[in-house]
Amino acid sequence: MNQQELQALRTMIVAHKRWDMMFGLLGILALMIALMTFTALFADMAINGLGRISWEFLTSFPSRRAANAGILSAWVGSVLVMLVTAVAAVPLGVAAGVYLEEYARKNWVTDIIEINVSNLAGVPSIIYGLLALGLFVYTFGLGQSILTAGLTLALLILPVVIVATREAIRSIPQIIREGAYACGATTWQVVSDHIVPYSSAGILTGVIIGMARAIGETAPIITVGALTFIAFLPPAPFTGEPPAGVFDWLFAPFTVMPIQMFNWTSRPEAAFLANAAAAGFILVLMTLAMNGLAIWLRYRLRKNINW
Amino acid sequence: MIEINMQETQLPLKAEARNLSFFYGSFQALKNVNMPIYEKRVTSLIGPSGCGKSTYLRCFNRMHDLYPGNRYEGAIDFHPDHTDLLSPKVDPIEVRMRISMVFQKPNPFPKSIYENVAYGLRVRGESARSVIDDKVEAALRSAALWGEVKDRLNEQGANLSGGQQQRLCIARALATDPELMLFDEPTSALDPIATASIEELITELKEKVTILIVTHNMQQAARISDYTAYMYIGEMVEFGETDQVFIKPNKKETEDYITGRFG
Ligand SMILES: Nc1ncnc2c1ncn2[C@@H]1O[C@H](COP(=O)(O)OP(=O)(O)OP(=O)(O)O)[C@@H](O)[C@H]1O
Ligand SMILES: [Mg+2]
Repeated sequence: MNQQELQALRTMIVAHKRWDMMFGLLGILALMIALMTFTALFADMAINGLGRISWEFLTSFPSRRAANAGILSAWVGSVLVMLVTAVAAVPLGVAAGVYLEEYARKNWVTDIIEINVSNLAGVPSIIYGLLALGLFVYTFGLGQSILTAGLTLALLILPVVIVATREAIRSIPQIIREGAYACGATTWQVVSDHIVPYSSAGILTGVIIGMARAIGETAPIITVGALTFIAFLPPAPFTGEPPAGVFDWLFAPFTVMPIQMFNWTSRPEAAFLANAAAAGFILVLMTLAMNGLAIWLRYRLRKNINW
Repeated sequence: MIEINMQETQLPLKAEARNLSFFYGSFQALKNVNMPIYEKRVTSLIGPSGCGKSTYLRCFNRMHDLYPGNRYEGAIDFHPDHTDLLSPKVDPIEVRMRISMVFQKPNPFPKSIYENVAYGLRVRGESARSVIDDKVEAALRSAALWGEVKDRLNEQGANLSGGQQQRLCIARALATDPELMLFDEPTSALDPIATASIEELITELKEKVTILIVTHNMQQAARISDYTAYMYIGEMVEFGETDQVFIKPNKKETEDYITGRFG
């Protein structure tokens, strides 16, 4: 290659690399738009609401007077509903995902199920609310309770859990499966000793991301009949009306964070808007904490698994 | 038909493939294979890539049952009880409990060294700690790995070197006292030193267990095996004692392959 050709080659490489840079800049810009929007919203909420956040705010019930109002019943409601959601969605979603990946024959029936699961993820959440109202409230008579709300949100995030489970399972190399089967394991032994433990990081991440979405859901919770003003907590175990049991709280009326916010934003007084901003700030913190937990768990559980 | 010429025909058989054909869907990967496998001997399978060596090996532990559309024809008569390994009436789990396998790429589970070796025992419902301890130690000793790992049994299997991982997989396959061990190119992912140690190990193991090994490396087949089978496009071209197959093969194709004129 002579000097001239070398020069031409270098010019060409420089010209090509310009595209690298252009796309890089475009990417950063796109990222900025997304991040800036969120940061601006979050900052705005913080400015409006931070003044209201105090221990009293977290430990008081809602009140007619904005200065005395707090979010105790709302955050307790949210936490309990999430608990029910997780307890219901994890076993169902994991079982469904494991079945589809490890047991089901790959034929048109599983194809249809697969398409439907993906479709379910796209169904508007209010539809789940309507379904739950008919099924859980009227048909099963579970009432307008924490249980109903938790199960409703469990249905909502079920597709997310199933998809996350399947994806995590698919990343397990086939040779690991074959190794286990070659030891004489049954499918159940392969699933319980290998498939589920090795995919637990991915499953948990999916569950938490689903829950982070569910905790902000308002429409289906209103549909199944959450209250907007509630000044008592669900009964702790053995403290409800006799005969008191461990799970009385499941059937208690409740409210959740986004509904409390929604309620306050619809009031005319500016002080209530500050309350709403403060509650929103805490809701976002709850969501971020859940996502943080997902990242941490993923790191912890994946530490020994590298393929 | 293949010609089998043997001096030691009185040797006990461990297994015998009879008119074994195998189909991946409509593609026939094995055609009417007949082959004896002698007890406590090493039998190696050689042949060009894609000729069906792995396919044949994986018939023995019914690995093909894991995937839909696969079909066996013929039989593998397993001695001394004359179980037909391929019969639909024989549970593949039972077959895999008697015949263990070591894969091409080391595939330790993401568990501790101890749990890797103990897995076969756990699958069999063994839960007595002392029994498992003893068997894990014995298997690791037989796999020539005990000295290197005895102080780190609780470490992850994946932390070991490639050669150690493969010996760990051999220990896992040994821990349950198999009657037959299948090796599918167990050294193809290893360096020469690790390869030599695995070869030595296989030579020692045949005191206890029958071994069927696929290899791409003809020197390896010549070094470690008592019998050699040459396969070509799904057919068993030649089977015989290793010395005979390598020194004066009966078939022209075998000779061409061995001398490197083909393959
Ligand atoms: N799952 C499968 N589905 C369809 N055909 C397959 C499948 N696995 C292997 N085959 C085909 O069967 C034939 C034998 O494959 P096999 O893997 O047994 O060869 P091999 O002798 O082990 O080759 P190598 O030395 O490269 O490992 C090949 O033609 C291959 O393409
Ligand atoms: Mg192969």
